[in-house]
Amino acid sequence: MRGWIAKIARVGRVTEAAGDLPQAVADAPTGVLGTLQVRHVDAGSCNGCEVEISGAFGPVYDAERFGARLVASPRHADALLVTGVVTRNMAQPLRNTLEATPAPRVVIACGDCALNRGVFANAYGVLGAVGDVVPVDVEIPGCPPTPTQIVAALRSVTQR
Amino acid sequence: MNLMSYLAGAAQITGVALGAPLVIGVTRQVRTRLEGRVGGGVAQPWRDLRKQLRKQQITPHGTTAIFTAAPPVLAGTTLLIIAVAPLVATGSPLDPVADLFAVVGLLFLGTVALTLAGIDTGTSFGGMGASREITIAALVEPTILLAVFALSIPTGSSNLGAIVAHTIDNPAQAVSLPGVLAFVALVVVIVAETGRLPVDNPATHLELTMVHEAMVLEYAGPRLAMVEWASGMRLTVLLALLGNLFFPWGIAGPDPSAMDVAIGIVAIAAKVAVLAVLLAGGEVFLAKLRLFRVPELLAGSFLLALLAVTAANFFTTRA
Amino acid sequence: MTLTTDATPEAEQVIARHNGVGPAVAGLTTSAVGVAGVWIGLAGVLGAPRAVQIDWLVPLIGVALQLDPLGGFFIALTGAVAVPVGVYAIGYARREHLGVVPLSVLPLFVAAMLLVPAAASVSTFLLAWELMAAASLILVAAQHTRPAVGSAAVFYAVMTQLGFVAILLGLMVLSAAGGADRFADLSAVTPGARTAVFVLTLAGFGSKAGLLPLHAWLPRAHPEAPSPVSALMSAAMVNLGIYGIIRIDLQLLGPGPRWWGVTLLAIGAVSAVYGVLQASVATDLKRLLAYSTVENMGLIAVALGAATLLAASGAASAATVAMAAALLHLTGHAAFKCLGFLAAGSVLATTGLRDLDRLGGLARRMPATTILFGVAALGASGLPLGAGFVGEWLLVQSLIHATPHHTTALALATPLAVGAVALTTGLGVAAMVKAFGIGFLARPRSDAAAEAREAPTSMLTGMAAAATACVVLAVAPIVLATPLRRVLAVVPASAGADPSGLGTVLHLPGLAGSMAPGLLAVFLVVAVLAAVVASRWGSRRRPTPAMLPLWACGADDLTARMQYTATSFGEPLQRVFDDVLRPETDVEVTAFEESQYLVAKVAYRARISDVLQDLLYTPVVQAVTFCANGIRRAHTGSVHLYLTYGALGVLIVLLVAR
Repeated sequence: MRGWIAKIARVGRVTEAAGDLPQAVADAPTGVLGTLQVRHVDAGSCNGCEVEISGAFGPVYDAERFGARLVASPRHADALLVTGVVTRNMAQPLRNTLEATPAPRVVIACGDCALNRGVFANAYGVLGAVGDVVPVDVEIPGCPPTPTQIVAALRSVTQR
Repeated sequence: MNLMSYLAGAAQITGVALGAPLVIGVTRQVRTRLEGRVGGGVAQPWRDLRKQLRKQQITPHGTTAIFTAAPPVLAGTTLLIIAVAPLVATGSPLDPVADLFAVVGLLFLGTVALTLAGIDTGTSFGGMGASREITIAALVEPTILLAVFALSIPTGSSNLGAIVAHTIDNPAQAVSLPGVLAFVALVVVIVAETGRLPVDNPATHLELTMVHEAMVLEYAGPRLAMVEWASGMRLTVLLALLGNLFFPWGIAGPDPSAMDVAIGIVAIAAKVAVLAVLLAGGEVFLAKLRLFRVPELLAGSFLLALLAVTAANFFTTRA
Repeated sequence: MTLTTDATPEAEQVIARHNGVGPAVAGLTTSAVGVAGVWIGLAGVLGAPRAVQIDWLVPLIGVALQLDPLGGFFIALTGAVAVPVGVYAIGYARREHLGVVPLSVLPLFVAAMLLVPAAASVSTFLLAWELMAAASLILVAAQHTRPAVGSAAVFYAVMTQLGFVAILLGLMVLSAAGGADRFADLSAVTPGARTAVFVLTLAGFGSKAGLLPLHAWLPRAHPEAPSPVSALMSAAMVNLGIYGIIRIDLQLLGPGPRWWGVTLLAIGAVSAVYGVLQASVATDLKRLLAYSTVENMGLIAVALGAATLLAASGAASAATVAMAAALLHLTGHAAFKCLGFLAAGSVLATTGLRDLDRLGGLARRMPATTILFGVAALGASGLPLGAGFVGEWLLVQSLIHATPHHTTALALATPLAVGAVALTTGLGVAAMVKAFGIGFLARPRSDAAAEAREAPTSMLTGMAAAATACVVLAVAPIVLATPLRRVLAVVPASAGADPSGLGTVLHLPGLAGSMAPGLLAVFLVVAVLAAVVASRWGSRRRPTPAMLPLWACGADDLTARMQYTATSFGEPLQRVFDDVLRPETDVEVTAFEESQYLVAKVAYRARISDVLQDLLYTPVVQAVTFCANGIRRAHTGSVHLYLTYGALGVLIVLLVAR
């Protein structure tokens, strides 16, 4: 334990400085600024976006500073963060997840696969992009998008 | 008992009701800072609660009135505990019911309400959370009552105000052997009751590791806000009770002046803040125990409480 | 384990012939006997003691009856339980087609139970006791067409008679040592005889009350008996075991020495913990309630033991509080256990199921029964606002305040007793949450539960009467203040201190502490309403509320079988206590013929039986069988040998009588 305390003291704060507040792309749900509960849904991704998302919520990029927090149940969430192309098996669960989310809510599509099927455009198990299955409010392009881009997209919703 | 007592009681209730999200924020910020992050700030839970109150209320198919009634019952029992406990001043207007066993019973009643709601959802996770929660609550009960017993012996009563007053008059009580043992046992009890590490991880996303979270997976909007607010209030009031039972200095007496009440408010706020920081700081170094190791932890705390009572029986001379 | 009443067309016709006014007459008679019992009992508690001697009823010894506060309390309690049960039995007997014999014995059973506390002599007591036992046996075997009922009835009969033998021996020793048949004429008894009487009567009455280790008949007989009979047995008959202990050991034999208190405390604590442990893992609703009876009788024995121990150690106020706790908890238990069994019977009558693993979803089909069972479960769990809270609070308070007079025995016994009571409370809540939550909430787990209908009016009326009693006892135990005071004055252990102070706010006599259950209830309602009002904040900006399918991780087809069952709910507790419970599991794997590595079917069976029955009773039964087989060899059938036995016997008697 002494080693841990020394390490904590030595490392200190590693978070990078926050950039400028981006433009509001979607209205903050419910009108309360600076709070966004996000439920991540993997509709068929290669997990590259997931790694970047976990980096975005990690110590270096720290999306929590701007009020965004990952939650376990869509009933607790305001936003669905959907990664990956939508496969046939995940289409109905994705729709179910959106329906389970209480209004007002936004859908954030993360990564090129989610936006336009990306590299999996002609695969047999693919139904379509996220926008073909559920309405999308915020888009994060990139394969994978960098944590900075992800954080900027979240900030455009939380407005903080 | 004068007007100031009623004022103190009102201050106590509003203070905990409004300050509970702050306490949650403090615990989260301590963890955040120790992880090297910035975090959302201590006011983040307030923002989250305000937002949840404006969200849509959802009632799932197949649930009954228990599902809708559980959050108000949970919040109501917690509010009653806050009203009854001596936080800002002793000699609360609700003194006839200010019995430590009644407080333990009310805590349990809130837990039962939420457990029934978890079963009522009819999902596997709801039932799982309910089953785990009730197992832990059942095994914590002997420790709580024995620790209360240990506190009541020197005082000669289990009335909360009397215990606090007795400790103020006999400061050596707090550092005596039964006092220390009872303190450690009560710390384990509070950790288990409020669902903190190592018994339960409040920030987990893995359903199979959830105890408290699993019961509330179906709650949305205002009901979710009430459940989270009530959980925050439970943590706050339990920390405040722990502080006042063992270090009651600063609390106002039965006939306080305005200055006494002000000092009492500042004192309890400071104690809760310190205890919250210590709790969160300790959590950073702990991993969650698997469910079937938790009874071992609770058995250990039971033994400590039993030793506390035995020590109180043999080593305390009654005033 | 499922059970269904099987009725062939011919049997239905036969039963239908008896179905007309029989149930109504039997039920109303039972209630009338109950009302008479309440009236007589209250007269005994509040008025002056009276005695009646009827010499011509039984030759040679006559029947001696008396009415004093202690007896009157139990008579009133039994009568109060019989009133709702009688009304309930009208509808239940019609639904379940009970025959003429059980219906006519039901009022007789209540009458016999009313006689026991009124008995004023040893012979009358034994007579009334046997009447009660015989009547209860007939009632337990009422639905004897079911195979499980037969074996349960035999088991119950044997244990009841063995208990009676113990009581008989004990009371005979008492009568011989005290030199009289009437209780009032008994003189002081030698310490040796006292010990013998205490041990024998504790065994006999303890068995009737369901204390360990002689409790095994309770979880076997109660589930098989018809539900009104189960309610009477659990809420009224087991009380008479406690009455026997109080009357004989605590009153007639005077204030007992310390070791009596410790014995009662130990037996009570073990019974309470074991009973509630079995209840928390039971999946049969009526078996769960039966084990809950064992638990509560254990708690009452703890209270009696604490009262004896405290009185013998000089802590008079604490002893009075403990005795008051015992009596209050007895009353509360009678109320919520009666209601619990009646509600379970209501479920059984409409679904044919006692198995919690197959129930569920009854809240929508049977809302009244659900609410009523909820009241009973709240009482059984000992939480605030429940009928069992005040009794347990008083018990814990009496144990806490023992310290000023503490001896080493007391100082070591009270923490363990408090720990046992606390563990009992915790596990009791788990058991009741399981019974109520799994049995009545969420969705039905079987077709029978999905097609449940609400109970008929007579059954609902009976249950509502019991529920009213539960609620009154929970928020206003003041109604029992005067009767309690009168009863406490006649028991030596509690006669020391003045028990006044049981008002709206319960002040402990001579001790520091108070509790106001009514105020607690009022404040709680206010607090809940405040929480509801607080949640309205921001409601103007909310979208319209919606009713949506369950989330459950996005799965499309959620079947009712995916819910937690009673077995899975109790599994963590079973794991923690598996050394005590010793569950038996059996896994049978059937593979395909072609390849034993491809599994076709897996069958899993789990069973938790009563450990004490397997560990203690089976060896005893085997020993008795062994001895009986040995004695069989003496019965050769030869008349000459039997005449020799007779001559030898006469010779021995002649020698001894000299």
